[in-house]
Amino acid sequence: MATVKFDEATRIYPGNDIPSVDKLNIDIADGEFLVLVGPSGCGKSTSLRMLAGLEEVNDGKIWIGDRDVTNLSPKDRDVAMVFQNYALYPHMTVADNMGFALKIAGVDKSEITKRVKEAAKILDLEPYLERKPKALSGGQRQRVAMGRAIVRQPQVFLMDEPLSNLDAKLRVQTRTQIASLQRRLGVTTVYVTHDQIEAMTMGDRVAVLKDGILQQCDTPRRMYDHPNNVFVAGFIGSPAMNLLDVAVVDGGVKLGTGTYPVARDHLKDAHGRSVTMGVRPEDLDLTTEGNGIPVVVDVVEELGADAYIYGTAKDAHQHQDYDESGGDLPERPFIARVDGRRPPQKGETVYLAPKEGHVHMFDTENGLRLGD
Amino acid sequence: MGRVALEITAARPDPALLDLPWHLPLETWPEEHLAALPRGISRHVVRFVKLSHRVLAVKEIKTDIAFREYHMLRALGRLDLPCVEPFGIVSGREQEDGTVLDGCLLTRHLQFSLPYRALFSQTLRPDTAKRLIDALAVLLVRLHLEGFWWGDVSLSNTLFRRDAGAFAAYLVDAETGELHQTLTPGQREHDLDIARVNIAGELMDLEAGGLLHESADPIETSNRIVTRYTDLWEELTGLERFEKGDRWRVDERIRRLNELGFDVDELAISTDIGGTTIQIQPKVVDAGHHSRRLLRLTGLDVEENQARRLLNDLDAFRASQDRQGEDEEIVAHDWLARIYEPVTRTVPRDLTAKLEPAEVFHEVLEHRWYMSERAGHDVPIEDAIQDYVKTVLPGKPDEKSVLGVDTVEMPVIAMLGDEIGEG
Repeated sequence: MATVKFDEATRIYPGNDIPSVDKLNIDIADGEFLVLVGPSGCGKSTSLRMLAGLEEVNDGKIWIGDRDVTNLSPKDRDVAMVFQNYALYPHMTVADNMGFALKIAGVDKSEITKRVKEAAKILDLEPYLERKPKALSGGQRQRVAMGRAIVRQPQVFLMDEPLSNLDAKLRVQTRTQIASLQRRLGVTTVYVTHDQIEAMTMGDRVAVLKDGILQQCDTPRRMYDHPNNVFVAGFIGSPAMNLLDVAVVDGGVKLGTGTYPVARDHLKDAHGRSVTMGVRPEDLDLTTEGNGIPVVVDVVEELGADAYIYGTAKDAHQHQDYDESGGDLPERPFIARVDGRRPPQKGETVYLAPKEGHVHMFDTENGLRLGD
Repeated sequence: MGRVALEITAARPDPALLDLPWHLPLETWPEEHLAALPRGISRHVVRFVKLSHRVLAVKEIKTDIAFREYHMLRALGRLDLPCVEPFGIVSGREQEDGTVLDGCLLTRHLQFSLPYRALFSQTLRPDTAKRLIDALAVLLVRLHLEGFWWGDVSLSNTLFRRDAGAFAAYLVDAETGELHQTLTPGQREHDLDIARVNIAGELMDLEAGGLLHESADPIETSNRIVTRYTDLWEELTGLERFEKGDRWRVDERIRRLNELGFDVDELAISTDIGGTTIQIQPKVVDAGHHSRRLLRLTGLDVEENQARRLLNDLDAFRASQDRQGEDEEIVAHDWLARIYEPVTRTVPRDLTAKLEPAEVFHEVLEHRWYMSERAGHDVPIEDAIQDYVKTVLPGKPDEKSVLGVDTVEMPVIAMLGDEIGEG
């Protein structure tokens, strides 16, 4: 087992000027489950492959434990890419299917037996070790494939979108299984996904990347409650956080016809006369006309206890600068969670006010979080 | 949710595709549509269907992955790399009760190709295994030279065509593959490691099933992929240094590469500052040295070793006719009309599905050699072909449309669900 450290790790593809991964710094604790997440092209897979030794590191270093592995070949790094190839061999027993790669690596026979037994215990496969894979259920076969990686006892597991070829339902089941297995094994794991829900439900910590740059690395809770910038705010959470530009006024920001109070300290670093306010769908209350944000309801999604309203907010009309520019006022999609027993109707205009203490303020110019 | 429409994406769509039962899970397709039963150790359900007198492989797979693989196979085809030819994608599949089904990737069946398990009737002999691995090493080097990282190199994901006693390998499954500008040493090494482990696993599986000749050691045999690959890669890309006086080594290097079946399109030559040592390094090499030459001379499009064999026979023909000074194309044309075509045309129609014409020609040349040895004098090729067609060819299996034998389909992922969540 080991820690992993990305130390200013940079990857520039030949012929490119802009790094695909730019000075990445992450310290991963021993036994931690870290998820790299971000939109396509953000550098998450490249980062994982730099750790695996499949991509060169042009600048900076990568450490596994106290070993600088930056220039080591993949097989000398003691990492295992999981789920890359999970063919099961029909004539071989479950035990042999799990242990054959150790045989190739020249591991002693008694050691192989020991490791296979240990892995089988963790995977609930002990009674099936002498059977052929054909006699197993689909889920058990899946675990045999996992067992093949486990018996190698690597320092670090690496998983690159391992669930991408599963349908939605199986994805949910399998991610729970992987996460619980990782906790039982306690092996440091780096996992790549484009799916923020997967990231938030699996990781001890989540690292959000965009354009090759680390945006934030935090626990799922902290990431959700305290996004460092507008990108993370909009990327993490489902349905997504509402983001709207609001004018800074005396005592706070202008919201609808009223003022939403924000401490002066919070806004003192803002660059412009407006800021970006973020509020999660569950942090909104229905209020009366003239208070809060007017939203025209387009769709109501009833989920029983709750209902989600999807509507359009005309968020910028409070701001002088926008008014002067003429033309149509910008409309933004707006989502709110409301009481499922008395949801508004489609086409209705509702007024939504953020719950106190549940808004996030960002500098509109650079996207950075303002205040605490 | 509204019903989705079935959508067929193909470069040259065949309307007969619409007659296939796309509303049924591939696993349950009625036999009337199938050319053969499933084969290969496969993660996905695969079926072979007959369609307008051709055979297509149909793989049920998530639609986005199907599109990715379809475009990847097309890209590899454009790079002239040996792989199966993608035919199309069927998406928007739905069962009659509205259940959404995965998409399907369609590829053309590669005629006269053989899955590795079809290459032995009872047990896989060590020399056959070695020749398969040699062919796979050449394929892997060619893919790597073009920047393709395979990600799942195995005998199962490869098809083999006979090639004058050896084999030529074709990539079948590009699902995990990625095309890069160039590959890093780490990527190549990773692919090679995957190849070694998969081949060893496949051979151990044959061993466990009693299908591997007892003298073959799976691990030792699988290590061959590493040495063959490494030697070939070094020869094709390695830097060579020598003294100024040894300039013959430039020609020698090119000759060696030609011998391996590669043309040198670009060779970097540089000297040190004093000009006493020279270093050379091939920058662009192109597979198919012999097959290109044969194609140019005769219009025959065959595998590399077959081409080598045919060119040798052409050279022998030229020498025997004492026509060394004559234009090569004219002699080649004569050879084609007087030797090659009469031989391949002698094969009766009902035996043409046994072997490809070029392989028949190769075998006839071998046969003639043995006949001559027994007779103690040269046997004319006309006699050799008559004897071959009468005594050898009828006993061979039909290999035009071999779709696999004795294999098990074991989807790991697709059958998930029944067990998960209990632990």
